[in-house]
Amino acid sequence: MNTIAKRISDFLKDFPPFNMLPKDELLAICKAVDILYLEKDTDLFITGTPIKNQFYVVKDGAIGLFEEETNTLVDECDEGDIFGLRALMRKDSYKLTAKALEESIVYSLSAELFENYITTNSEASAFLMTSFVSNTRYSEPKPQNQSTEKTQDFFEEQSIDFSKNPINCSPETSIKAAAIIMTHKRVGSIIITENNKPLGIITDKDLRIKIATGIISTEEPVTKIMSSPVITYPENITVAEAQIAMLKYKITHLCITKDGTPNSDLAGVLSEHDIIVVRENNAYALVKEVKRTSTPEQLQQVRKRAEHLLKRYIKQQIPIAFATKILSAINESITQKIIDQAIKEMPTPPPTNFAWLAIGSQGREEQLLLTDQDNAFVFNNVDENEYEKTQEYFLTLSKKINQKLEIVGFELCPADMMASNPAWCLSVSQWEQQFKKWITTPDKDNLMLCTIFFDFEFVYGDKSLVSSLAESIFESIESRDIFLTYLGLNALKNPPPLSFFRQFLVERDGEHKDQFDIKARAMMPLVDAARLLILSKNIKTHNNTIVRYEKLAELEPQNKEVFLACLEAFKNLLYFRTQQGLLHNDSGRFIDLQTLSKANRLELKSCFKAVKEVQDLIQTRFKLSQFL
Amino acid sequence: MSWFRKKVYPPFWKSYKECFRGKQNSEFKNIRFIVFDTETTGLDIKKDRILSIGTIAVIDKTIKVSDNLECYLTQDLFNTETVKIHGILKQGTIHKVTEQEGIIQFLEHIKNAVLVAHHAAFDVAMINQALKRLNLPKLKNKVLDTGHLFVKSKLDTSKKHFSLDQLSHRFNIPQHDRHTASGDAFITAILFVKLLCILKKKNTVISIAYLQRSNERIGL
Repeated sequence: MNTIAKRISDFLKDFPPFNMLPKDELLAICKAVDILYLEKDTDLFITGTPIKNQFYVVKDGAIGLFEEETNTLVDECDEGDIFGLRALMRKDSYKLTAKALEESIVYSLSAELFENYITTNSEASAFLMTSFVSNTRYSEPKPQNQSTEKTQDFFEEQSIDFSKNPINCSPETSIKAAAIIMTHKRVGSIIITENNKPLGIITDKDLRIKIATGIISTEEPVTKIMSSPVITYPENITVAEAQIAMLKYKITHLCITKDGTPNSDLAGVLSEHDIIVVRENNAYALVKEVKRTSTPEQLQQVRKRAEHLLKRYIKQQIPIAFATKILSAINESITQKIIDQAIKEMPTPPPTNFAWLAIGSQGREEQLLLTDQDNAFVFNNVDENEYEKTQEYFLTLSKKINQKLEIVGFELCPADMMASNPAWCLSVSQWEQQFKKWITTPDKDNLMLCTIFFDFEFVYGDKSLVSSLAESIFESIESRDIFLTYLGLNALKNPPPLSFFRQFLVERDGEHKDQFDIKARAMMPLVDAARLLILSKNIKTHNNTIVRYEKLAELEPQNKEVFLACLEAFKNLLYFRTQQGLLHNDSGRFIDLQTLSKANRLELKSCFKAVKEVQDLIQTRFKLSQFL
Repeated sequence: MSWFRKKVYPPFWKSYKECFRGKQNSEFKNIRFIVFDTETTGLDIKKDRILSIGTIAVIDKTIKVSDNLECYLTQDLFNTETVKIHGILKQGTIHKVTEQEGIIQFLEHIKNAVLVAHHAAFDVAMINQALKRLNLPKLKNKVLDTGHLFVKSKLDTSKKHFSLDQLSHRFNIPQHDRHTASGDAFITAILFVKLLCILKKKNTVISIAYLQRSNERIGL
């Protein structure tokens, strides 16, 4: 009997990696636990001291890990968090200092038992590895090519569509005749067959290397220049197999035969191009389908299929930046199609040039799930006496577009941030005045409008109207430095909940009581910070938050780490929100914290760290301490 | 005349006694404290009996889960009234040992450690009573009382008797397994470590003598 060890295992069993161990193994570990009590501000270990043969789990309280030199808080560990393990694995001295941020009780676990039970358990050690990567910024950078690898994984098991009617000719055919067939059929290769069995192949490359150079006459038979024997595969070849074969033989075409050997009937030809098509097939097919549809109802079907595609992307852990690009492209082409249809329904063509703008998250191309519409309309400047009539026309058009988009599944914006609202359907000069007004009187409402409308993205119409709008924003900002200060304060209004999981910072009342608002508390601060910083650099071409941070990292190498952390955090949050939204069939905005796994919590926590860092940077840069 | 004859003690007592020979470890950091608790059939030292003993070691403010003892004793005397407190059934499935065996295990485990208990006088008296039944002398260990240490901390001068429940509540110690010997020993151990920290802040050097010093016996 060891009631105390049992009690400790009862606590640890709820936290990874301990929850991955069999009961008896966990109990064996717990029997050897030392329990430390740390008063606030006492050190558990100090940078540079040799490691103890122990690692630690926080039972109560919070332990801060500090970088000694700068005394910066690198990580905050609370209930269930593990620390001191990295030094142990590295087997040298502590790189950080562990200090109790508040009165804490810490379990000290033996390194030997850890090695016996945890590192031998593949699931548990995999967890530790990933948590090391995600939990602190003190991690080795992820390999750059990871994202492309993941994208490919998804398709690799898929069997490939190849051309089922390969162009072929007999061995007696002249090179010239074969070239004529290839040109006529618009193909890059021709198979030479005998009794329907593949003998050899000629590709565009052969014609270039062997014929165009004048080495061989075009009157010679094809056998003179064909590559032979051909590389053959059966019909169920997968993308991966095809890629490997092409790499292995350094060729760009494979022959598909009935039984996969050169001695059976030719069934098709598979070119490098087919692989490229397959890779982009799904999204590509959807965009193509958008072009063929004629009604909003049909577009609704396409949008639903896009949702399925998104689900699969999330399930397959396709990088979120990729998924966002695809989904935004689909949304954009749907909107363009809708606008085309709406214009056709108008009794007269548009009286002047115009542009349709996506604003807010749509403008930033960060919208994965179906949410409500956010859009605006801008038209060319017209004579004063024409203005009312022109606006009238575009309002009617906008209303049609908004209604059709609603049919597709984009609900009408409850705050009426839509092009059919006369306030958001203006001429270029009216818009310029509007922006100027917001910038010169940045009260709370105007700041909010800035955060929505400054992230506009051209979707349809005359793009030149949009660039002059962007320019006018910068002109106004330049003449009013103080505006960035206000925008900075706005960006800091939601400080990150660093001690989040002990004092659940959740919504206090309303429909979402006791839930965490991931949008307002984690994503918007990152979005706001990126917008402010990129505006302060006079850059308008970058709307997307991920792209903005990429650009900022490039522009400010000294702050690269902070921006890359923000970028990662934003990707994670977007991914997470999308996942939650698909799971609960909603916007994914409100999260019930009780349902989160420890791994998710760790990830969320590292996101907050990034928010904190970029907010600190903004506070210093825009000298905001005096206002806070 | 029997009172002149030197008593002959069993080997386990001899080896227990051996632990106190020679120079005792005096550096505070190295002192092995054994925090313990007994569950009993009642509060009458003469009549009631020990049902279980739970201990846990503390060295250098660190609670050592590996250094513990948890044993249950068979009873002739059974008090149905206290069952609802300690939850130990007369029969039941828990492995039990005789009182003598329990005492042997306890002595072998504690050696010359400094004993710590909440209202220690009672637990010590219960053990001493059991020793007496085995014709053995009293415990030789030094004893500290967490109730007394709290009074010494002067954090609360309202009264001199604070229950383990009151103090664990005050010091935010979760009351898991309360009223099992091991559970109470564990809670007491945390309380003890917290109190050591507080007392250390008030006095740069703390010694066993300082912690023991008291004008009154409390807890009985």
